Amino acid sequence: MANPEPTNHRKPSARAPEPREERPSGRVPVARGVFGHGQPQPQTARPEPTMGKRPRPATEGAILVTGICGRLGKLLARELHRTERVVGVDRRPFFDRPKDIEHHQIDMRRKKMKDIFRTRNIAAVVHLGVLHDPRRSERERHSWNIVGFQKLLDYMSQYEVPKLVVLSGANVYGPQPNNPQFLTEEAPLLGAQHFGAMRDLVELDMLAQGFFWKHPGTETVVLRPCHIVGRVHNAASNYLRLERPIMVMGFDPMIQVVHEKDVVRAIGLALRPGVRGIYNIRGPGEMPLSHLLRKAGGRPRVVPSFVARAALDQLWKLRLSSFPSEELDHLRYVCMVDDSRARTELGYEPQYSIDRILRDVRRLRYQAA
Amino acid sequence: MVAQRGSIVPFAGWRRARFLGESPLRQAIRSVGDRVVRLAEEVVGQDLDARIAGIKTHPNEVGHDPFGFDPETSRYALALAALLHRRYFRTQVYGIDRIPAGRVLIVANHSGQLPFDAVLIASALMLDATPPRFPRSMVETWTAELPFISTLYPKLGQVVGSPENARRLLRQEECLIVFPEGARGISKTFDQRYQLTDFGLGFVRLALETTTPIVPVAVIGGEEQYPSIADFKPLARLLRMPAFPVMPQVFFGMIAPLPTKYRLYFGEPFYFEGDPDDDDSAIEDKVWLVKSTIQSMVNRGLRERKGVFI
Repeated sequence: MANPEPTNHRKPSARAPEPREERPSGRVPVARGVFGHGQPQPQTARPEPTMGKRPRPATEGAILVTGICGRLGKLLARELHRTERVVGVDRRPFFDRPKDIEHHQIDMRRKKMKDIFRTRNIAAVVHLGVLHDPRRSERERHSWNIVGFQKLLDYMSQYEVPKLVVLSGANVYGPQPNNPQFLTEEAPLLGAQHFGAMRDLVELDMLAQGFFWKHPGTETVVLRPCHIVGRVHNAASNYLRLERPIMVMGFDPMIQVVHEKDVVRAIGLALRPGVRGIYNIRGPGEMPLSHLLRKAGGRPRVVPSFVARAALDQLWKLRLSSFPSEELDHLRYVCMVDDSRARTELGYEPQYSIDRILRDVRRLRYQAA
Repeated sequence: MVAQRGSIVPFAGWRRARFLGESPLRQAIRSVGDRVVRLAEEVVGQDLDARIAGIKTHPNEVGHDPFGFDPETSRYALALAALLHRRYFRTQVYGIDRIPAGRVLIVANHSGQLPFDAVLIASALMLDATPPRFPRSMVETWTAELPFISTLYPKLGQVVGSPENARRLLRQEECLIVFPEGARGISKTFDQRYQLTDFGLGFVRLALETTTPIVPVAVIGGEEQYPSIADFKPLARLLRMPAFPVMPQVFFGMIAPLPTKYRLYFGEPFYFEGDPDDDDSAIEDKVWLVKSTIQSMVNRGLRERKGVFI
């Protein structure tokens, strides 16, 4: 089996003709920025792809990615595996897995996890395996998000892993009427105040913060991106893909979105040695929700708040909708983040424009149709 | 739309217009709004669009103001405000050239049940100051919970009053209108007219932290626009409003404010120095200085005016 040419791992059919200048200038910085190779190496210095055997980097440690089979995990794995050893853990199978990625299809809470830490010399853990699905029971979400994560943290302290990157989200701050327009990293995490199902996500963020203080030997990074959209299947992307998305009558908050690949790049930047702390991640600018929906090609259906709430509750009960009615608060109040810390300390800059982001969101809609 | 003319099917063009983009409601708002703007320009004798174009905001990467300011909506609002400013309340403005360039906090007394004083200060800054200053004002948090208001206010440049927002705006060299009396001031009953209530301390701390000059403003004429005889507190609590004033004129069918004559006195700016985290007592001295300046400006203005409506 010949390795595919490294830049060409997307299906050619999925690629629509795109204006050249819109594309981000490099896929370069992420992969080669990891673990101390600060500057991207010039194209000529890269060895030619060979049959199967790749030159290994000097660092021996592997990067453990939990939840690698999600859309974000796959993107991250593709960015990392050319320069780093990547070990993936997920309950799901990893179908189109590059050959040099080691994948364990296990439950994160199982004992086997400890064996991976013992035998694989893990140098960094990227925790993406967070259960967001609001349909799952409270018990399962708690056991997966909290108990599982606690076990992971135990192994990390036991085997002295020097790096932890946790992907939290801006929704742990929660949309509130009294939010400042831009939330900094110090803002209180009130996401569960009106939306009980957020409780475990807030707690997960808190656990990571606790680990940050308890284990100064480990560089802990918590990333809190705003709504991640793109070809992922999450609430924000699914909402933008709707033909007739609902809007709450009389409310039109400012919204931030960020492209999934920008988040992957931020994770790559967070993996560099010396980086620690909490970082908000923001996309290429904020705009009113109505503008965003119209740009995404949807025709908003404006519904009074109490009607929307009652209807969503019923639809949720009948399993006709995947949006719990508490998420309507995102359509009413602002929940935007200030990313100045990520810009200065992490060197993060969003590269995908809003048009490009929405094109990626829409592309999936037409494929599904 | 053009399609309406040829078709014999009723409302056929209406449907097509929906699919082509603008909803009929939006078209109606636009045509009425444009007419109001033209009327206001004729009455006021000023080019309002040039005034709007003259203000500086800080748009983000996609061209929107991060706080939601929308020039298109503000155009209509400015036209209405100009009519109120020049014709209805016949505002007289004194000392507007005292406003320094760059970041500034405009601190005024609050009065009159509905915030027409904010509207008039804002239109004075937009129409009388050269170059026009685009004012942001800090509004109560509960307005963000009200439908339509929560959409309209940000489009006009109003910002939910939190210290983080104020700090960010002042760092962008913007102009903020602050009413340190807050809801206490605006819902005063008629017997307490022109007596300043307690000032909050936050605005002085903010000014010290961001080294912002404070311009005191005395507003005369607001207290008589909606004389209120009582504050019906239980109903206010029920409606989750800061106060529920009992206004006799509303019972007589006069919903609009009385056309009192407004006078705005802009004072010399204060440049405070000190530690923003100082004791309350140290901050209170500075607050007292601002408050007593405004009170004495109010008193002087009341002495000088001949009547409420002239």
